[in-house]
Amino acid sequence: MNDFAIQADKLTKRFDDFTAVDAITFDVKKGEIFGFVGANGAGKTTAMRILCGLSIPTSGTATVAGFDVYKEPEMIKKNIGYMSQKFSLYEDLTVMENITFYAGIYGLSDKEIKDRGAELLERLGISHEAKTFVRALPLGWRQKLSFSVAVIHQPKIVFLDEPTGGVDPVTRRQFWDLIYEASDRGITVFVTTHYMDEAEYCNRVSVMVDGRIDALDTPSNLKKQFNVDSMNKVFYQLAREAKRSGD
Amino acid sequence: MDAITLDNITKTYNKGAVLAVDKATFSVNEGEMFGLIGPDGAGKTSIFRVLTTLLLPDGGSGTVAGFDIVKEYKEIRNCIGYMPGRFSLYQDLSVEENLKFFATIFETTIEENYDLIKDIYVQIEPFKTRRAGKLSGGMKQKLALCCALIHKPKVLFLDEPTTGVDAVSRVEFWEMLKRLKHQGITILVSTPYMDEAILCDRIALIQGGKILSVDSPGNTVKKYPGKMYAVHSINMHQLLKDLRAYPDTLSCFTFGDSMHLTFKEDNDDNVVKLTTYLAGKGQKDVEIKNIPAGIEDYFIKISATGNE
Repeated sequence: MNDFAIQADKLTKRFDDFTAVDAITFDVKKGEIFGFVGANGAGKTTAMRILCGLSIPTSGTATVAGFDVYKEPEMIKKNIGYMSQKFSLYEDLTVMENITFYAGIYGLSDKEIKDRGAELLERLGISHEAKTFVRALPLGWRQKLSFSVAVIHQPKIVFLDEPTGGVDPVTRRQFWDLIYEASDRGITVFVTTHYMDEAEYCNRVSVMVDGRIDALDTPSNLKKQFNVDSMNKVFYQLAREAKRSGD
Repeated sequence: MDAITLDNITKTYNKGAVLAVDKATFSVNEGEMFGLIGPDGAGKTSIFRVLTTLLLPDGGSGTVAGFDIVKEYKEIRNCIGYMPGRFSLYQDLSVEENLKFFATIFETTIEENYDLIKDIYVQIEPFKTRRAGKLSGGMKQKLALCCALIHKPKVLFLDEPTTGVDAVSRVEFWEMLKRLKHQGITILVSTPYMDEAILCDRIALIQGGKILSVDSPGNTVKKYPGKMYAVHSINMHQLLKDLRAYPDTLSCFTFGDSMHLTFKEDNDDNVVKLTTYLAGKGQKDVEIKNIPAGIEDYFIKISATGNE
């Protein structure tokens, strides 16, 4: 495999006469924290589904972790982690049961599950909560646990779909500490967010507008390019030109 | 007269096992835009449900538009508009049918109060025959607001109307709210986005069921004790570690492209000493600026997790 975790070339997805993703070309380097932002309806979710091996594109090419999105979606699924705010853990399973379940699905052995599970709980400082039902955990803990579970099989890439929505300001920042740690361990992080201050934490950010990637660079270069002092203003300038809206 | 009052309102679930709202006390003036600011699970929705008479409080008392939230619930229901956090319109009715339905149950017509919703409704009118379930997120939100307004309520309750909405649509939505406020409607709005707090006349910060602070956004940030500094360098991730390890650091959090730092004691030589320390750590292009604290800084300061 080369130095890229993701390579996409003119990747396109059409639903009837609607072009949800319009010939996007970009790459994500190994170990990079890559921000994927855009207005509601810009095509982020559709693009992400393709990259996770859940949807076949209409045209263009893409590889994720070295695997082709047309021919090897099952290999992609094995090599990535996924977490979203909307779907994460089973509330009526305990913390350890959730870990065992997800690690099992990713094919970890019983020994690996035991070792990595214990290590994960210790790193999060919640070893004493192993037998607690997830629904009884504070939301912030749940989010952190959910992220840790998504990378328990040490995937090459983890996809995070608005991971911090609604989380309190302190937990939101602790969550980013986890993201940095994962990135330090060599895991590539692909993250969408509505919080533009979080876009500043990414190594590079792409901004989608109406299915296209209209800007892609480091946060500081984007701010220079648009002559503004925050990513929020970069986003605002790009997204208000959008012709379409909605999810 | 106050449009909304809460006096020691308490709400628990699971037979008292979960304390959702803990002796909440505040009031909202008539015609005011009042923000309830806090993360998920803080108790915002429980307060909304108690005030909109959908839940009975365990203790305390409250009024909306002068009516008691327990004894006069019927009067309250007639004079408030409520937009819950979860989209709650009829998915299989069209845009127009939903609006007509809500007008009818409040014994009014779309025409009678069209002035109030006109600005918002014209944006979704081209889709008036489309089923509500088929609308985009932004359009659903606009329709829900129209339905909450169609009977010209005195008090409007908006529970997290901008959650999950992109930055551009959020700005548009707050502009709509400003116009409604100018028409004399009292608005209680909740949000997890601290940057939206500044758009309210007054805000209550809430976490863990407790009201932490009630004031104007301007006064709220003035209450921040000590001086706040923004620190920037080339290697931000390492900078966070270095600043947290610095012995004079009281708190340090990432804020977009800089770190927000406070010192244990505000001394005149703080910046000079820190500059030397960071240079010793190999940090390059360090910038340290004294800045005013923001709402989010204050929230972190006074919230339970921020004290850890």
